[in-house]
Amino acid sequence: MRKPVIQFENFSFQYRSQTAPTLQDINLTIYEGEKVLIVGPSGSGKSTLGHCLNGLVPFSYKGKVTGSLTIDGEDTQGLDIFSLSKKVGMVLQDPDGQFIGLTVAEDIAFALENDCLPQPQMITKVSEVAKIVDMEPHLEASTHQLSGGQKQRVCLAGVMVDEVEILLFDEPLANLDPATGKYAIELIDRIQQETNKTVIIIEHRLEDVLHCPVDRIIVIDDGRVISDMTPDELLASPVLEQCSIREPLYVRAVKYAGCRLTPELRPAHLDTFQINACKKQLHDWFEKVDIPKARDKTETILELKAIDFSYFPGQPTIHDVSFSIQKGEMVSIVGKNGAGKSTLSKLICGFEKPNAGKIYYRSQDITADTIKERALRIGMVMQNPNQMISKQMIYDEVALGLVIRGVPEAEIKERVLATLKICGLYPFRNWPISALSFGQKKRVTIASILVLEPEVIILDEPTAGQDFRHYTEIMEFLLELNQRGVTIIMITHDMHLMLEYTPRAIVIAGGRKIADDTAVNVLTDARIIEEANLKETSLFELAVRAGISEPKQFVERFIAYDREVRQ
Amino acid sequence: MKRNQLSIKTIVAIGIGAAVFVILGRFAVIPTGVPNTNFDTSYGFLALMAIIFGPVAGGLIGLIGHALKDAIFYGTPWWSWVVVSGLVGFFIGLATKKINIESGIFNVKKIILFNVVQIIVNAIGWMVIAPTLDVLIYAEPVNKVYLQGIVAGCLNIVTVAVLGTLLLSIYAKSRGQSGSLTKDV
Amino acid sequence: MAVEMLSYIERKSPVHRLTGVTKLLCFLIWSTVAMLTYDTRVLLFLFLFSVAIFKVSKIKWKEVAFVLLFILVFLLINNLAIYVFSPQEGVKIYGTRHVLLDIGGGRYSLTLEQLFYQFNVTLKYFTVIPAALLFLVTTNPSEFAASLNRIGVSYKIAYAVALALRYIPDIQRDFRNISLSQQARGIDMSRKEKLSKRLKNAASIIIPLILSSLDKIEMISNAMELRGFGKNKKRTWYRARPFQKIDIITLMLFIIMLIVSLYITFYDGNRFYNPF
Ligand SMILES: Nc1ncnc2c1ncn2[C@@H]1O[C@H](COP(=O)(O)OP(=O)(O)OP(=O)(O)O)[C@@H](O)[C@H]1O
Ligand SMILES: Nc1ncnc2c1ncn2[C@@H]1O[C@H](COP(=O)(O)OP(=O)(O)OP(=O)(O)O)[C@@H](O)[C@H]1O
Ligand SMILES: [Mg+2]
Ligand SMILES: [Mg+2]
Repeated sequence: MRKPVIQFENFSFQYRSQTAPTLQDINLTIYEGEKVLIVGPSGSGKSTLGHCLNGLVPFSYKGKVTGSLTIDGEDTQGLDIFSLSKKVGMVLQDPDGQFIGLTVAEDIAFALENDCLPQPQMITKVSEVAKIVDMEPHLEASTHQLSGGQKQRVCLAGVMVDEVEILLFDEPLANLDPATGKYAIELIDRIQQETNKTVIIIEHRLEDVLHCPVDRIIVIDDGRVISDMTPDELLASPVLEQCSIREPLYVRAVKYAGCRLTPELRPAHLDTFQINACKKQLHDWFEKVDIPKARDKTETILELKAIDFSYFPGQPTIHDVSFSIQKGEMVSIVGKNGAGKSTLSKLICGFEKPNAGKIYYRSQDITADTIKERALRIGMVMQNPNQMISKQMIYDEVALGLVIRGVPEAEIKERVLATLKICGLYPFRNWPISALSFGQKKRVTIASILVLEPEVIILDEPTAGQDFRHYTEIMEFLLELNQRGVTIIMITHDMHLMLEYTPRAIVIAGGRKIADDTAVNVLTDARIIEEANLKETSLFELAVRAGISEPKQFVERFIAYDREVRQ
Repeated sequence: MKRNQLSIKTIVAIGIGAAVFVILGRFAVIPTGVPNTNFDTSYGFLALMAIIFGPVAGGLIGLIGHALKDAIFYGTPWWSWVVVSGLVGFFIGLATKKINIESGIFNVKKIILFNVVQIIVNAIGWMVIAPTLDVLIYAEPVNKVYLQGIVAGCLNIVTVAVLGTLLLSIYAKSRGQSGSLTKDV
Repeated sequence: MAVEMLSYIERKSPVHRLTGVTKLLCFLIWSTVAMLTYDTRVLLFLFLFSVAIFKVSKIKWKEVAFVLLFILVFLLINNLAIYVFSPQEGVKIYGTRHVLLDIGGGRYSLTLEQLFYQFNVTLKYFTVIPAALLFLVTTNPSEFAASLNRIGVSYKIAYAVALALRYIPDIQRDFRNISLSQQARGIDMSRKEKLSKRLKNAASIIIPLILSSLDKIEMISNAMELRGFGKNKKRTWYRARPFQKIDIITLMLFIIMLIVSLYITFYDGNRFYNPF
């Protein structure tokens, strides 16, 4: 008989400032040594559920708890946060808030220091754990020298030193590049197998998590558990579509081809998937679908010529980057964590001045223009929403840019409300921003730029932490803007997004441009994938496994078809 | 948690508060137009933190923040003024209970109370204590240091009156709305 | 805004080898002496001594030149101000009057005493500055918190200092990013604006910075709580370093220096050395 370690019984939780409970009637049991994935739309209560496990609810976030939660046989009501932290180790959603030590070693040692472990033991223990997460050579590095993926690994090590039984990850993949994300999932898997800990992962990127086996997937929607199945069962069911969670792309392709999925086909992983049952349908479908047509060239709107830039003298961050963007294009900029993508966007907006090179806007040199002048034409949504938000209320935040520009009040109201609807924020329009989840905050910042209607929009990780419905809504709206002639540049780690929406991709690695090609070509070129830490799409592999002679074509056709179906 | 023990939140508030104090004190000073006299926004922030987190946090943010700012940007802490920053934070913090900002109410009565307190504290701190320490420690001419003190004191009083009051009312608005959020469609 | 700031410089030198506790105590002793004394002989000795330690530390003047430059300018202004406000301060202190240059018949006449007094004021800064600089650039910030705890500061407050050091660069980056993104939305930051407008603009950066810092406080205290901070009455430090012989010798040396300097300074009942 398996031993239950976590048991929710009729559990509900209501934040003090809310009128309705955020979690309702949760009944859920998780067993020892299990690996469980929790998915659900943004704002559905996943992080809140995690906080109930680690004790932040109700110790730090006050509110009303009903029902019971038992961890390791003990009712949590009788436990304090310190005893809970000995059982549950949580890697929080934001690694910057979690990394508190000055250097890697100190951060890993933090919990040990608090336990008064003598220094010699501490040093051995730290290097042991650092070895597990592959951070041993970087023990002396400080936060600013680490990439996003490395920070995440340090956070993982920091909770692992405590020898907790349950490891909880809140969106471990957000902000990681695809290859690093894959590595992180493998690392979590390895640790689980070696130590037999119970692992719970909260994540939007289902396909990426399923890269390694998962025992169960729990779907949460609007604060309730709506499904609790094995991955194979879930993928064969319509639940994901119903609550707008993105299925793995290859699953969708198979479904489009008209093949009925059953749990017996083992669709949870492409390697286990019994493809023979669907081969014929896939071939037929491939023949039937039209090839997308290439778009015409228009005038060049933005051009970078031989840009060089460094934050510190002697350490170039951007080196000799040139490219040009056509009016009405939709382009992705992709590449490794720390490759210089965000830096590039800052150069375009004038936040930083290039050391050499020129930037042209409609063949006019704008290298010397101020931020404000450029902002009239180029709007930018930054990676970190907290750095853009300056008002307390959602409505005021979105209206800010229009108010500064002196737009009449009636028009402001109309435009703001329309934008809020598009971004799925209309029901929250009178809320303070502080009560929003991370994904919701990000949408506020997108709304605040969209409302200004710039000619070129740069979005840094627009879909990080978004669920599929909002993702689709935002992207479709961008597409609509794009069709009306707005040029869109997106920085992203999401390979699906790049394939689906941006015909062209610019690849940055180590501050240099290493490719500038169609998204499909980029994602099917092993050399570029390797060098820029990207990941091959599962569609390509599916096509290969199905024995389709032109897998690249397959990918292209799928995307064109998918777009049509979803509109 | 015991009352006489500092809570984790207070500790973190002291650390982050000191860091923000350093950055504001270095980068967010607004020149008045008269040479060498600035509105130092970090004192508005100090007042906010003192009211939210209490006298100990206020005092330590002022002390640690000012010492670090002087040290890392100017090479050496100017102790007489560091001490006064700490005292100002501490004594403004004594009004925490009376103002009770967590209640979400920051009405005219409380605004007046806050400003009376801050004016008294700043005046004594900058116009009396700081110059006296300057004379004692550095043996600088009396009339010079008192004039400096009076100018700095007035500027800080104005900064705290404007920025501190503004920050506190913004903070109050984001507090204590228990059961107030509903999705309106 | 690549504003330079002083930070730890890694080197192999005897000064670096001392523990943070030793350096902190020595720095405090040094500051005390420099604060109390106005005795020219003591000041001169301290100044030369600090230059010598600086040499030993293998830190180059160039590396801290930006601060020195700033201090020189400050000292110049300060000296002028002293002269403007109290041109006869030296006469008052030393009780004699040797006029060097008669300007305007009295108040602003240049006296030898005033020169000597202002020389002392300047020297006083010069004795503190190299020591303070050295302390800053040779003490590993990670060890600093452990040292504070060692000399009796509660570990919670010591950790608050560590947090401040850890987050200053982060907050600086946030400050800059917020300022840029506000400008991109049309707020004018140039100095041409009216004062009232400038205040308002500054508020549009400061408010988000402060609010996001309050969020940070929440997030960090959650993370610390989850990892058991504050659980026990004390804590150990990964970076603490044990005392060595060199530490003890150095400390003794400084204590002797403290006593001797104070004796020289105060044995005639006056903190000023009067050559006149
Ligand atoms: N501190 C809080 N105070 C009040 N309401 C909150 C608070 N934190 C979250 N909520 C509310 O609870 C709901 C669920 O939030 P939660 O952070 O658990 O979502 P999530 O599923 O993790 O979303 P995401 O995928 O965007 O991270 C949100 O609608 C939010 O408005
Ligand atoms: N303000 C800054 N000051 C100094 N260095 C910086 C600054 N911003 C970024 N860097 C450094 O420049 C490099 C490129 O950073 P950038 O943020 O452009 O990467 P990125 O490609 O956007 O990465 P990610 O995918 O993780 O967002 C990194 O090594 C980073 O540490
Ligand atoms: Mg969440
Ligand atoms: Mg980036």
